[in-house]
Amino acid sequence: MPETYDIAIIGGGIIGNAIARELSRYELKTILIEKEIEVSFGTSKANSGIIHSALHDDMRTLKGQLCLRGNALWEKLSQELRIPFERVGEILVARSGSDIPVLKKLLDNAKTNKIPAEIIEGSRLHDMEPNLSPEISTGLLAPTAGVIPPYEMTYALYENAMQNGIEYLLDSKVTKIVRDQKSFAITAGRSEIKAGYVINAAGVYADEVAKLVGANNFRIKPRKGEEYILDKRLDNINNHIIFPTPTPTSKGILIIKTIEGSTMIGPTAEETSDREDVSTSDAGLKKVLDFVRTMIHDIPKKDIIASFAGIRPVSDTNDFIIEESSKAQHFINVAGIQSPGLTAAPAIALMVVNILKLSGLNLKQKDDFKKYDKPHRRFSLASNKEKELLIKLNPTFGNIVCRCETVTEAEVVTAIRNGAKTTDGIKLRTRAGMGRCQSGFCLHHVMKLLSRELNVPEETLTKRGGDSLVVREKRLPAGRHG
Amino acid sequence: MKKIFADIIIIGAGPAGMAAALKAGKMGIKNILIIDRMPEPGGILQQCIHNGFGLHKFKKDLTGPEFANHYISKLGRPNIKVMLHTMATELTRDGKVIISNDTDGLVEVTPKAIILAMGCRERTRQQVSIPGTRPSGIFTAGVAQRFMNIEGYMPGKEVVVVGSGDIGMIMARRMTMEGAKVHAVTEILPYPGGLSRNVVQCLNDFDIPLYLQHGVVEIRGRDRVSGVKIAKLDQAGNPTNQTFDIDCDTLLFSVGLIPENELSRMIPLELSPITGGPFIDDNYQTSREGVFTCGNAAFVNDLADYACMEGEIAGEAAANYVNDALSSEFNMRVVAGCNLRFAVPNFLTGKAPVTLYMRVTQPMVDVKITSTDNIVNIKQQIVKPSEMIEVTLDKAQLAKIKELKEFRIGVTPR
Repeated sequence: MPETYDIAIIGGGIIGNAIARELSRYELKTILIEKEIEVSFGTSKANSGIIHSALHDDMRTLKGQLCLRGNALWEKLSQELRIPFERVGEILVARSGSDIPVLKKLLDNAKTNKIPAEIIEGSRLHDMEPNLSPEISTGLLAPTAGVIPPYEMTYALYENAMQNGIEYLLDSKVTKIVRDQKSFAITAGRSEIKAGYVINAAGVYADEVAKLVGANNFRIKPRKGEEYILDKRLDNINNHIIFPTPTPTSKGILIIKTIEGSTMIGPTAEETSDREDVSTSDAGLKKVLDFVRTMIHDIPKKDIIASFAGIRPVSDTNDFIIEESSKAQHFINVAGIQSPGLTAAPAIALMVVNILKLSGLNLKQKDDFKKYDKPHRRFSLASNKEKELLIKLNPTFGNIVCRCETVTEAEVVTAIRNGAKTTDGIKLRTRAGMGRCQSGFCLHHVMKLLSRELNVPEETLTKRGGDSLVVREKRLPAGRHG
Repeated sequence: MKKIFADIIIIGAGPAGMAAALKAGKMGIKNILIIDRMPEPGGILQQCIHNGFGLHKFKKDLTGPEFANHYISKLGRPNIKVMLHTMATELTRDGKVIISNDTDGLVEVTPKAIILAMGCRERTRQQVSIPGTRPSGIFTAGVAQRFMNIEGYMPGKEVVVVGSGDIGMIMARRMTMEGAKVHAVTEILPYPGGLSRNVVQCLNDFDIPLYLQHGVVEIRGRDRVSGVKIAKLDQAGNPTNQTFDIDCDTLLFSVGLIPENELSRMIPLELSPITGGPFIDDNYQTSREGVFTCGNAAFVNDLADYACMEGEIAGEAAANYVNDALSSEFNMRVVAGCNLRFAVPNFLTGKAPVTLYMRVTQPMVDVKITSTDNIVNIKQQIVKPSEMIEVTLDKAQLAKIKELKEFRIGVTPR
């Protein structure tokens, strides 16, 4: 007999996990199904971590409304989940005279929508951003924009949801959904599940999942974005998220001040037919560098330490689609969540709860919702006093596994106990391997810890599931210099 | 925080650090502390199980671990304290070193002198910006070497090596001997990046093709690497449309080394943009008095033998510094002239003899190495970027250098 749930969420990205955590406040039996071996391995893996001010958005769209609402929810959410969040502010700069009226119009819109914003000119602008090209003399500042570590956020939502009873079925692609009188029968990997409601948060595959029940009144048009990260050492390139003045079709390519203090440049925006194509290209890098250098001339190519690409799940309406399908009752699409999806995530979760309520689901709040109670998350950000205390409590905090990002054995082990199974899973949760040496030093340490904690041989470990084995086979007998 | 004192702290127990510790010990320094993040001393030598070490220093052909053992076996002296599995996390502006491990926690070390011997790290795929996917199966040559020789795992079976650095060529041979097929070693320059002896012994002897003036322009594969596209490059180094594909499951990058100086930046020390190491004088003292460096943290050496010789100079100088006996007669900048990428040490203080190490920008034949006022004038048949030029200056030459306004050295055709 398949296990029966009140709700099945399909998709373990930031959106699926935000919804799961929100639903974990209620007396419901909920499962989240993810096709990858770990959560946050799809589009969320390539998120740039920006909490947008909604300055760019049209408030007639769902995107705009949820972005604005979401932005206001981030203080509380980041505190609850102990995730660093900083309102660094965004500045839209005028790269030519014709940009200035556009900025003024955006300022008017901001006033209407009660988004704090002001035009900054001349030396004041250059005091705020000393490296800005001297030709640029006008910018529009929106101080409510911020940055978070996006993967840590997704994992914190996941862990808190699990603490509160959400079940997770990973490495299980949904291939079939059959609707009968009372529920959906879902085939996911080798499992069969029944659920009263289905929430489709399948990202770039949302249209394919919807199609399984005929609820596909939309199409996903995958749009690739490439991002490039500069060495943390160059932490004084920019102080804000710097945008160009938007065109009617694009927010442009940005210079992002990440929560880590490092600078990230990108993204490109390129339609692609391949939903898995996360390759970077020479053309993409050139485009990004050429563009951002019009805003800050001196962005050094040699200090790029990492690049990645992600696929935005853009819907053919170009807006978010968050509704109970008219084709399939109790099937809720949460689709087309492109930028500003991260910003909107907490508001989207609340909206989905409301849709469920309106659809007749009985929602009864638990009285024992567990607060996220994980200890200090990041050793590297602690003061020396805090570090000493941590090491006293657990000596393996003294054992530094990743030198570039100062990640300790204790943190890696915690990540594994919280569900990390792969080297990418460790990297996204702890930052081990994200620094300038790109895992040259920590890879074998991380593999040893994964092997020890999961009790599996190292040669079976993967980078991110599937055929991504890190090494090919065991060769020499255990010991040295075989 | 636990606080300890040391006459000299040495960060890194590779060949340079160990040589420095032993030399300082011989000089009578009582309280020497050498730390290393690995569970055993020896540094990268432990994974270099091939031979070719010690030809200069010991006139013997040794493997890496054998070479390392020459030093490790002598570390057990009462005036040298070795702390392993210990990482230096911070160098403070007032000259203290914070170290961390899982038995002592954080420890603040107050030393009289510091020797930086952190070695170097490998440049990665990202730093040579090769586009494509990011599957598993992509390693730097040194990481693959560690998996192969220490951890006991075969990184892959069908291999392409990107870049012809020494470790890349050594790994091409090593993986071939272990049953892998190495399809190609690519090099963007018209000449190999590593030592000639490695081209012969590691590639030619094993029929591994070396593609000069070729580069990998695309990496393919979703989960694991499935292949690469290689292009012939034009004179300017840009890809031409002469390309070919190779199916492979593994890519090894051997595209250069970067002196590891993140700690040095905290003091902060002035680093050379050319060598990537701190500016140093002939005592291997940096821009901060009492802070010395040696080996690959100072600049990338060709051989471990050189790293040890520098370690001995730094160890002796640090000992003299601690005993208030480090003096300098003058301070003359060494300027890298014609066809030289760098010449180190960057400053001469009058110490003799002193060996200058230099790297040329391109290979040349029938050259002379000359300096201001012809104080140096040596003929050499071949010079190449992969092999450092050594010139040792004696007392008489230094006496002349002292009188100069500038000491410039360069390489020109004869």
